[in-house]
Amino acid sequence: MQKRLVIIGNGMAGARAAEEILKRAPEMFKIVMFGAEPYGNYNRILLSNVLNQSQRPEEIFLNPLTWYRENGIFLYSGVKAVRIDTALRCVVGYPLPAEVNAYDFCDGLFDREAVVTEPYDHIIIATGSRPFVPPIEGQNLPGVFLFRTIDDCRRIGEFAAGCRKAVVIGGGLLGLEAARGLLTHNVEVTVVEAGGQLMHAQLDEESGQMLKRTMEAMGISVVVNSRTKRIRHDDGKITGLEFQDETSVEADMVIISAGIRPITEVAQVSGITVNKGIVCDDRMRTNVPEVFALGECVEHRGKMYGLVDPIWEQARVLADIVTGTDPQARYEGSKTATKLKVMGVDLVSVGVKEAEKPSDETVVYREPKRNIYKKVIIRDEKIHGAILLGDTGSADTLLQMFKTGQDVPANRPELFFGTVEGPALVNAADLPDHAQICNCNGVCKKEIVAAIQNDHCRSVSAVGARTKAGKGCGSCRGMIAQIIESCLGKVSYDAAEHYYVPGIPLEKSQLVAQVRAKNLKSVSAVFAAFAGGKEDADSKVGLASLLKTLWPGEYEDERDARFINDRVHANIQRDGTFSVVPRIYGGVTTPDELMRIAGVAVKYQVKMVKITGGQRIDLLGVQKPVLPLIWKELGMPSGHAYTKAFRTCKSCVGTDFCRYGLGDSIKLAQTIERRFQGVESPHKMKLATAGCPRNCSEAYVKDIGAVAIGEDKWEIYIGGAAGGTVRKGDLLCTARGHEETVRVIGRFMQYYREHAKYMERTYGFVGRVGIDVLKSVLIEDSLGICARLDARIQEAVEAYRDPWREAQEPAYEHQFAGPKRISLAEG
Amino acid sequence: MDKKTFVNLGRVDQIALGHGRCFVVGGEEIAVFRLRDGKLAAVENRCPHRQGPLSEGLLGSGKVVCPLHGHKFDLASGEGMEKGECVRTFEVREQDGEIILDFSAGG
Repeated sequence: MQKRLVIIGNGMAGARAAEEILKRAPEMFKIVMFGAEPYGNYNRILLSNVLNQSQRPEEIFLNPLTWYRENGIFLYSGVKAVRIDTALRCVVGYPLPAEVNAYDFCDGLFDREAVVTEPYDHIIIATGSRPFVPPIEGQNLPGVFLFRTIDDCRRIGEFAAGCRKAVVIGGGLLGLEAARGLLTHNVEVTVVEAGGQLMHAQLDEESGQMLKRTMEAMGISVVVNSRTKRIRHDDGKITGLEFQDETSVEADMVIISAGIRPITEVAQVSGITVNKGIVCDDRMRTNVPEVFALGECVEHRGKMYGLVDPIWEQARVLADIVTGTDPQARYEGSKTATKLKVMGVDLVSVGVKEAEKPSDETVVYREPKRNIYKKVIIRDEKIHGAILLGDTGSADTLLQMFKTGQDVPANRPELFFGTVEGPALVNAADLPDHAQICNCNGVCKKEIVAAIQNDHCRSVSAVGARTKAGKGCGSCRGMIAQIIESCLGKVSYDAAEHYYVPGIPLEKSQLVAQVRAKNLKSVSAVFAAFAGGKEDADSKVGLASLLKTLWPGEYEDERDARFINDRVHANIQRDGTFSVVPRIYGGVTTPDELMRIAGVAVKYQVKMVKITGGQRIDLLGVQKPVLPLIWKELGMPSGHAYTKAFRTCKSCVGTDFCRYGLGDSIKLAQTIERRFQGVESPHKMKLATAGCPRNCSEAYVKDIGAVAIGEDKWEIYIGGAAGGTVRKGDLLCTARGHEETVRVIGRFMQYYREHAKYMERTYGFVGRVGIDVLKSVLIEDSLGICARLDARIQEAVEAYRDPWREAQEPAYEHQFAGPKRISLAEG
Repeated sequence: MDKKTFVNLGRVDQIALGHGRCFVVGGEEIAVFRLRDGKLAAVENRCPHRQGPLSEGLLGSGKVVCPLHGHKFDLASGEGMEKGECVRTFEVREQDGEIILDFSAGG
């Protein structure tokens, strides 16, 4: 018979515990949950987004009410559990009266008739925490709010509409997020902090002061060292705040965000040991048999946590123990990191904020003008704490090192600025003259120095124009700059470097705006409008790509503006022959297709048949006039292995056969590939899906990769590379289900199509723009453009036509014509 | 007839506007281009760098770009943008819709 498991609390901890248990033993328990809030479960971390109106309440739900039904969970929603009767082995609860907050103390308010009792075999307490309210006179006045639930956000928003000035009491993480959120409601905001600095728990004094300046620059006033005595009012209407030193500020509304306290009453009245929080051992057990606890209500080894990471870790251990999956599982505390989610402020803090022992080593980088501060505290060659403010580029790496206890690099600056790849670890100025700098075009240092000294090249692009150095993959451009600097003392930049294409003196956004305004739909029209009709060969292909992106379906395709590959839909080889790569969706083919491929390879004496890195079959050494013949006989669409466009989405075997697969990576890859085939972009896009984080299909290092992590959740990585440059992609988001995954991928593609420079791969683009900006724009929709991006990529998808159909109907006469032989005898 | 050898390569419209095409004349590969303004130009087909087929190259501002490594050549003079590189040029004109190439022996 199923055992009865009651979970008290339907917040992130309670729901996560249920998920982890279901994952391990879906049939083991009959699960009943008590949730004082009348909703499903939502991501409390994102409340600040609801307040700042970048997300709607319904967007932050993790588990809608249907999830409970589908998983056989009975949810008492809006019912508060008040007592565990350990003698009768049942949980007692009452419906929460209207207008009472889930976190309020409300013992005397219940309707005793409406009692709910639920028998149990096991209990998990996950009651979370409530806002701490310091003793301030007037805290019950209308217009005073706490900031803890979706309802709080709604009430704050509604009230702010009639206000001019808002004060937030508390300069901690939540207070600052609330303050930033209030700005979007068009009120003047002042943050009042009792202590001497903001975010005292996470920041040292210097970064605390810097954060104050950053907040002030955003238009938020900050008052420190001010303890609030009372909220002043005029006949119930708030007029301001009075501090203990008798000074005051004006206000129409007040939000109190002075920290949190664990909710422990249900444990206390039931004979469960409570210290600061509900005391738990390493197996997440309380002192009462069969009663477990996790989350913010818990005190473990004397520590309390107010973050989500520990909840995830505790939920796993708890589930291992309660299901018996791993009786040896232990929770040994968490190494925590805090990230401030305030739009416009980059801040990450991990571990301790100050050195604690004389032997601790502190490394600091400051850039006061730009409000950048980076500090790492090292103990025994490991990260013991870190603060990154203003530029959190290296946060992921630091966090990784901190959590895994990896040794820090001997060269400390790498902590902040990353590893300079490959040869650039050495200074180019010290290299001998014969050292090759540009490996793509085989340019050595001597030639670059000659271009600088003899031909007066002062910029990287001038050196490139002269010597071709840096014109290949571009990864040596930093070294070229170093050489210029060592010769001339400084590097100059010419405006042309920022032109989208060399022949049109406009940067990409200007060019896009002008092209749209003037309704220019062909490459020759653009030359006519901006270059006096002078057609620059180096600019044609980039313009063609851009126009096709801007005018899907309407673009006037001039074939002479295309590179040869795109004229004949095949990749030109060193001997002037071409390669043929048919589309094989997700890398999954059939015996029938293989026989057709083999058939044409034999019939047309293809010089080589090669399996490509993208899980495709490449027929090499094909003469141009033969291309359409082969396409017709193959009866397969083009694999686009020759153009700046979506190329391939490779996959592992996912769940079909693999023992480890967590997600159906093959089906996802095929869906992606059928949808985005042929979509043009500034450079090629190679994708992959992986059925689990073992990453057999190398999804972490693709332009876009989707990695299954179970429960149909997919981590989407962007900007990965494993070519001349090696870069792990940045995690854009975790999407649920194939549909959402495909939507987010398309959205990023469109943004890349619109904003990347021509020939800029996603790794350069993502690195340049920054993952935080991309998350904000593409996931949080901070610019409100997601719907437009989704619509635009849909248009591009609909404009797709298999180019190999030109085998039947050539785009123009002699498209596939080979050399024509002329006999001299008649001449 | 003097040393000039004129060869009729056939109709102009066998080269798409803005494109080039390779003609093999007496065993020699010649790239003939039909520019957007209607003018014709001809150079030897093989790029001196790595023998890329110039007839497949992009055109612009009186130059052709080799499809293999992007080396550029002036269609009138044959002069290359890279030091020391140049290609042989041929006189070519349109006459009654036909392409007439001056293929002078040993030229």
